[in-house]
Formats: sequence, structure tokens, C-alpha cells
Amino acid sequence: MAEQRSVEGTSTEFSRPRFIGKPIQRMEDPRLLTGRGRFVADIRLPRMVHLAFVRSDRVYARIARVETGAARDIAGVIGVFTASDFAHIPDIEAQSTMPGYVRTACPVIARSVVRYVGEPMAAIAATSRYVAEDAAALVEIDYEPLEVAVTATEALAPGAPVLHEGLASNVIVERTFVEGDAPAAIAGTPHSVSGRFRLTRKTATPIEPRATVADYDSGRDMVTVYSATQIPGIVRDEISRLLGLDGNRIRVVAPDVGGGFGVKASLYPEEVAVAALARHLDRPVKFVSDRLEDLTSGSQAFDEEIDATLAFDGDGRFIALDAEIVGDVGAYSIYPWTAALEPVQVAGFLPGPYRIPHYRGHVRGVCTPKPPTGPYRGVGRPMAVFALERLVDMAAARLGVSPVDLRRRNLVEAEEFPHRIGSGIVWDRSGFQECLTAVEQAVDLPALRIEKAARKDKWIGVGFASYAELTGIGSRIAVAPGMPMNTGAETASIRIDSTGSIVATFAVASHGQSLETTLAQIVAEELGASPERIRIVHGDTAGTPHGTGTYASRSAVIGGGAAIKTARTLARKIKRAAATLFDVEPDRIETGDGRIFVPGTNLSTDFAGLAKAVYSDMSALPVEARQTLEAQETYDPVSGTTSSATHAAVVEIDSQTLIVRLRSFLVAEDCGKVINPLVVDGQVHGGVAQGVGAALLEELKFDETGQPIAATLADYLVPTSAELPDIDVLHPENATPDNLGGFRGMGEGGTIGAPAAIANAVCDALSHLSIRVDELPITPDRLHRLIAAAGRGMG
Amino acid sequence: MTGKIAISFTVNDERVDGNPEPRMLAVDFLRDELGLTGTHVGCEHGVCGACTIMVDGVSARSCLLFAVQLDGSDIETVEGLASPGDMHAIQRAFSRRHALQCGFCTPGFLMTVREILRNRPLSTDEEIRDLLSGNLCRCTGYDHIVKAVRDLVDERDGIVRVR
Repeated sequence: MAEQRSVEGTSTEFSRPRFIGKPIQRMEDPRLLTGRGRFVADIRLPRMVHLAFVRSDRVYARIARVETGAARDIAGVIGVFTASDFAHIPDIEAQSTMPGYVRTACPVIARSVVRYVGEPMAAIAATSRYVAEDAAALVEIDYEPLEVAVTATEALAPGAPVLHEGLASNVIVERTFVEGDAPAAIAGTPHSVSGRFRLTRKTATPIEPRATVADYDSGRDMVTVYSATQIPGIVRDEISRLLGLDGNRIRVVAPDVGGGFGVKASLYPEEVAVAALARHLDRPVKFVSDRLEDLTSGSQAFDEEIDATLAFDGDGRFIALDAEIVGDVGAYSIYPWTAALEPVQVAGFLPGPYRIPHYRGHVRGVCTPKPPTGPYRGVGRPMAVFALERLVDMAAARLGVSPVDLRRRNLVEAEEFPHRIGSGIVWDRSGFQECLTAVEQAVDLPALRIEKAARKDKWIGVGFASYAELTGIGSRIAVAPGMPMNTGAETASIRIDSTGSIVATFAVASHGQSLETTLAQIVAEELGASPERIRIVHGDTAGTPHGTGTYASRSAVIGGGAAIKTARTLARKIKRAAATLFDVEPDRIETGDGRIFVPGTNLSTDFAGLAKAVYSDMSALPVEARQTLEAQETYDPVSGTTSSATHAAVVEIDSQTLIVRLRSFLVAEDCGKVINPLVVDGQVHGGVAQGVGAALLEELKFDETGQPIAATLADYLVPTSAELPDIDVLHPENATPDNLGGFRGMGEGGTIGAPAAIANAVCDALSHLSIRVDELPITPDRLHRLIAAAGRGMG
Repeated sequence: MTGKIAISFTVNDERVDGNPEPRMLAVDFLRDELGLTGTHVGCEHGVCGACTIMVDGVSARSCLLFAVQLDGSDIETVEGLASPGDMHAIQRAFSRRHALQCGFCTPGFLMTVREILRNRPLSTDEEIRDLLSGNLCRCTGYDHIVKAVRDLVDERDGIVRVR
């Protein structure tokens, strides 16, 4: 693909692309590798106070009395703040125009009722976090327990106590997708498989907990909020509204952020409280969440149950899919995404990458006394893919065909794109079949079958999962259903300063995605500069008028598109200025390797030379040609683009301990044009690791009263290097999408496919017992129960 | 809680004196009193390994130590490993292999890797994975970290592989 161009008359020779697709080492690395990163917890400001939150230890209770006297008396305590101190701040309410959506009001500090263990009840400001926690322990709260429905099933039961006074029921999200007549088609089709699938509650667990520092400049009435957030723009806009401060008086900065994966993509009451208290106290305020707080008050994820039936004809062609989905959305509808985000996406993506003429998906989101659910890598699709891909394997077993063959028969073919699925989502051309074929060729199935038959101490299995996802979603649809917020556009500004160096500013935020490198590669490619000469500024609302941040696999597609569009506008300015300088037509100017030149001549300068001519050297250009070398453009891809993949997991299960060990994991994926293969593979690996956690280890358990049981990382188990295998990633050649740059989003896919592939592999390993894995994580404990039940069944 | 204890130790070859409360964690002393914020706090209960430092040449969780326990010891943190302009071989290997994403867990990994490179044969990837399993990374899936360590072991042992 690289086009070789020689420039006559000069020694410069360029091949394009120079930087896109190259494994360029990251710009971020030197500071992060030497302890010179700057995370929110690293920020120390003069007179800064430290905040600790008193949190509810009750599941659902009326607050009878809050006594703060003893806490106030401790030396070093600056203030103790309860709900009445925040009375001027409106409740946080996520809006949506989706029919069937009911808003909830989430106070910054619980006012009269607490609705989950971990909900903020009071905030204590002190000279150190140690003192603040001392004081927090002395706040006395009297509660009157309220009757509550803890599980989604209980909360759905007729006559169940309603968590939010004034609401008709606990159902705050309800939607049905219908295409054709699925129930009738199922009744009229000879073959069908059914199952009830459950993906338990998880949380994203970045290693950096949430953290916020607010610095108030009372002389200018300006608040700077440093927050470990993925969405600085959204946080700025909503804090502006809640505090009644003009946007130009609030700057939200996401500095180095230690991982997000969705848990840092919502607005938290704590962020609002920190900003409000910095203003109130006229001192910098710092809040750093500890692990217990993150596990009990960060947004949580998944927690759905699906009853689904897949019908197919004798040739294995899928005819109809019918699903009843219940999502446990927790106590509040999270801002800005709403409680609809996760469960509605399950229903929206359930038909997957297959032709299924008839679809009915009915979804309800139910309030329970647990932390709110919010976005977590994959959003909805890990659950949807787990359910559907289990059904596909069950159908293959029923028909006696191979899982790969059944997928091949039903995956949308190249010539069938664009393909609209039953929920209305449209897939553009993506490598559905190509990825499946690539995986099939890479996995040595016959050898695995021989080994499986020979081994007695280990049960060996291989499992596949294919999926498609919509990424880089433009303004035609909101990322969350009915959300009145444009998540479809991003703006880039690029300027060349008077020294000739280049700064490109974006509203997207990076928390491990390497945007400082990949966006520099894109800008460098377009301008003909070298990436290390370009500084990328991101995650700072001071730099851009509008932008929502990094989530939903959008930054490479939309941010990258904005980079290209803006760089092209700037390149035209560069060429105009250089054309005047060289006295040639602008279309004769080319750029590359940091040079601006006319091929075939000795007319050449570099960026510093051009900048000098434009800005400083008053003799080089006529006044009217001295146009500022700066551009700003907004890019909106309008619709999204389809990323797709097939995953294959090979597991071996110890027949004594029932520990499931992943022996190998393979991903073949279509993310369009690869910007940086190191970064793409790293994203896939990390996504797969989180999918492995969801499949085998991670579970936020609650007891029957609603008390959380997983309160440390010794209870909530995220995968270590010892649980993970080498992860191989293939990128079969596919047609690139027609968005600017041809990129597709790929940050989430690993988590989407892995749980399903592992569940299928475990079922394959245990095929001699006909065990069906329908609940994840499949821990040794759950596996033991399944095997025991199968034994009883056979006896 | 009251009363402070005088301590004195070296950190990255520099002598420091301090007066922490007995309950102050070593990691908080390093970060908040000395401004050595390269050592990170991820869990405060000794699971994640982000706060790993070297105490007298042995890796330790600085969230499970009190500052007063540092008295008289020789401490090394990530800041002592090298500077951005002149990185240590471990840091260069991590960058070359893209063995870090958000970078929050990375300082802890670097300390662990430094120790196991000195003391362990690391002849198999399984051994590398086993010895890294006390440090949690949520971004990389560990694949590139294992590859970076494998490169370093090869470099140490003079093994040349055809990639």
C-alpha cells in the first residue's frame, strides 16, 4: 500500500504513509516510566485541604439524625458538611427522551434517605486525610431501616417496595425492539434452543482510584478541577449548571489518568462536592478515593439476566431470536448516560453479526439498593454476546455441525453490507467472515481434539465467539438512548507557533489509550512533520469550546478524524504561505520529514523557517500573506462504523480443583486502518484480560440484605499475569470504512468477545457431561455445582 | 496517634530526615512529605503492588509499611532508577514493547522486575508470569510486560533470538 515517491532534484525521498501503521514508541512513556507522570493524587497545592466522605453503611434507610459535633472538635478539622450545606445544588438527574425512561434524582450528599452502602452522607475537610478519616469515624448517624427489594427479581415482583418514593415502580427503563414476528416464527420453526444467561455485577477497577482536586481562585471566581475523568467536557458543563457558574469560570483538567475503562466516564457526586467546597472554603480541596470507596461507590456494570430463544431451520439458518432482558441498574440513573445505557445496549446488540430475520428484545432496567451501574468496557455487548454465542454453540450441538461452520453460515457476507439488524443498528462493511476464517486457520482443532480425547487429568476445550460493535458513533444517534447530548463530534485545533513547533489540542482524554502518540502520528502524517515534534494537548476544557471525552471507542475515529480534517486545513495555509515565499503556485508545494519544499527545485524550508517568515521576519512575506498558521475543525462521522472480531479460547480444566486455566487466546479483528500496531495489540490484550476476569474471576457479590461482600482486591479478583496466557492478535486485511482516516474503534472489543469464547470453551471441555455454562464468572465453585447437578441428572 | 518519631534514611542515595506520626504509611511519607509521587497507591491493602519500592535491596509494599519502619534503611523508588532523558534498560524495554498504557501500575512493576532480574533465572515465561503476579495491571493484559521481561532476560543471559 505504501506509495513510493521520489522527489527529483533533491535527496529527499518519501514513502507514504510515514507514520500511520508504524509501531512508534509512545511519547507518554518517558515520564510515566520514570515516576514523572502527574496524576491527580500527585497534586499538592498551598493550603490544600483533604476530604473524606462519611458513607452509608445501610442498604436502604431513612436518615433520622446526623451528629457531627465530635467530628468538628478534632484538631485539624476544617469543616464537616452534610446535606444541608449542599442544599443550593440541584440533584444530579440524567436526562433522556427515550420512551419508558424514568429519571431519578441523586443528591450530591444523601438528604433524607440512603439507597446503597457507600452513598456519600457527609464530607469532612481536614488538614490531612488521616485527620479527615479520624473525624469521619466520629460522625454519628441514626438510621430507620426501610423495607427494600434487594435483587432485580424481588424489585420486579408485584407489590415490591419502591426504592424511589413517588415512582410507580422500580422499573426505570423499558423498551422493546421488534422486527418481524419472532414468537410466531419460533413457533413455526422445527428447531430452537433456549437458555437463561446471567453476567454478574462487575466494576472496571482501574489501578488508580477516582480522584479530584479543585483549586479555587477567589480573586477571579474561577475553579480549576483536576479530576481522574474520561469526560472533562461533560464534567465541566454539568458542574457549571449545578453550581450556577459560567463555563469560562470552570476549567476541568484530566491530567495523567490511571486507567478508566468506563468507571471514570460518569459524573460523580464527589466531583461536584469537591468543586463546591473549594469555593466555599476558598482553599484547594483534594479527594482521593480509596479502594473500598471505589469498589462500593464507583459505577458498577453488567448485572443482567437474559431469557432467550434462538430458532433455526434444518440447515442451521437462523430464523428468529426472542429475548427477555432484565438489568439490575442499581440505585440511581447515572449521569449523563442514564440507567438505559447498559441494558438497552444488550437488547440493541443482541442479534449480533448474523442474519436473523425475526427479532424481539424486551428489556427492563430495575432499581435496586446497589451502586449505580454505568459504562464499563464493552457496555451491554459482553452480556449480549455471551447469551447469543452460547445459543449459537447450543444450536451447533443440536444440529451436529461445527460451531465454526454454523457461524460461517449465518454471519453477514461481504456483499450483504450495509446490513440492518432487528434492533435497527446498521452494520457497514466489516470483516465478519474474514475474522472467523482467520481464527479457524490459526487454531489447530484436530490436534486439540486428539489431546482432549487422550487426557484424563485435564478437560480440554476450545470455544469461539464472533461479534460486531458500533464504534466512532456520529451525531445521528446518541451513544446512550435518547440522551440529549451530542457525542458524535470532536474538535481539533492545530497551531504552529513562532518557533515552528506544533501543538494540537483535543477535547478527548487519554487514560492509557496512547492518544498523545497516535494523534501525533496522524497530525505528522498529514502535515509532513515528525511525530516527536508535535505536542498533543488533551483532556483540558480550556483548550476547546466543546468536547465530551473518551468513551465508546470513539477517540481514534472521531478525534482522529478531527485531527485529519484540521491538519488538512492547516496544510493548505502552510502551502499558501510557502507558495508566496517561493513565488510558485500552492499546488506545487509539498511537505515531508519536517521540510516544506517544491519538488525538483532547491526551494525548501522547514517549519521553523516558515514560521519565521510568517510571524517574525517582516521582510519575507507581504503583510497580507502573513496568515496565522492555525486551524480548527470539527469532525462528525454522522453514523458509526462497525468493528468486528472472532475470538478463540483454549481452556484446560483441572478435574480435581476445577480451576479453569486459559491455555491460549486468539483474536482476529477488523479495526480498519491500524494507526499503531503496538497500541492496537495492547488495547486488545487489555480488553481480553478484562473479559477473562468477567468470565472466570470477577464478581461484586452482595448478601441477601444488600450488603456488599467484595470490599477489597482480595475479594474482587482481577486477573494477574499468572491467570492469563499469551494473547495473539490477527488483523486480516479488510476494506477500510469511508470515514476520514479509515479507522474503526477497537478499545472495547477484547472485553466483548472473551467472556463468550471462554464460556463456550468450558462447555466444550465438559461436553461429556453436557454442562451448560449460563452464568459468569464460571468459578470452581459454580463449576462444582454444575458438575454435581449433571452427575445427579445422569444418575 | 499523637507524638511523632524522628527517622532518618536514604532514598535514591540521598539522606532524608523526617518526623512522621507513628501511624503514617511509608508510601504517604514518600509521596506527601518527600514529594516522591512516582510511587503510587492503588489499594492500600497490599494486593495491587503499585506502591512497590526497594527496601535494602528487597522489594516491599510501601502501603504495608509504616514510615517509621524506613528508619535506617536504604530506599529506592522509581525516581532513582533513571531520568526521562536517560532511561534504564528496564524502562527502555518497557517502552519498546509497549508494556505500559496508563502507567499507573508501572513504577511498581519496574521495582519487581529489577528484583527478579537480579535474583531469578526466569528461564520460562511461566516463571516470569508467576513472579509478576504480585503486581496488578488493568491495562495491558500483561502480554507486553512478559515480552519486555523476556527481552531483558535474554539481554542478561546473552541469548539472541530470531524474531
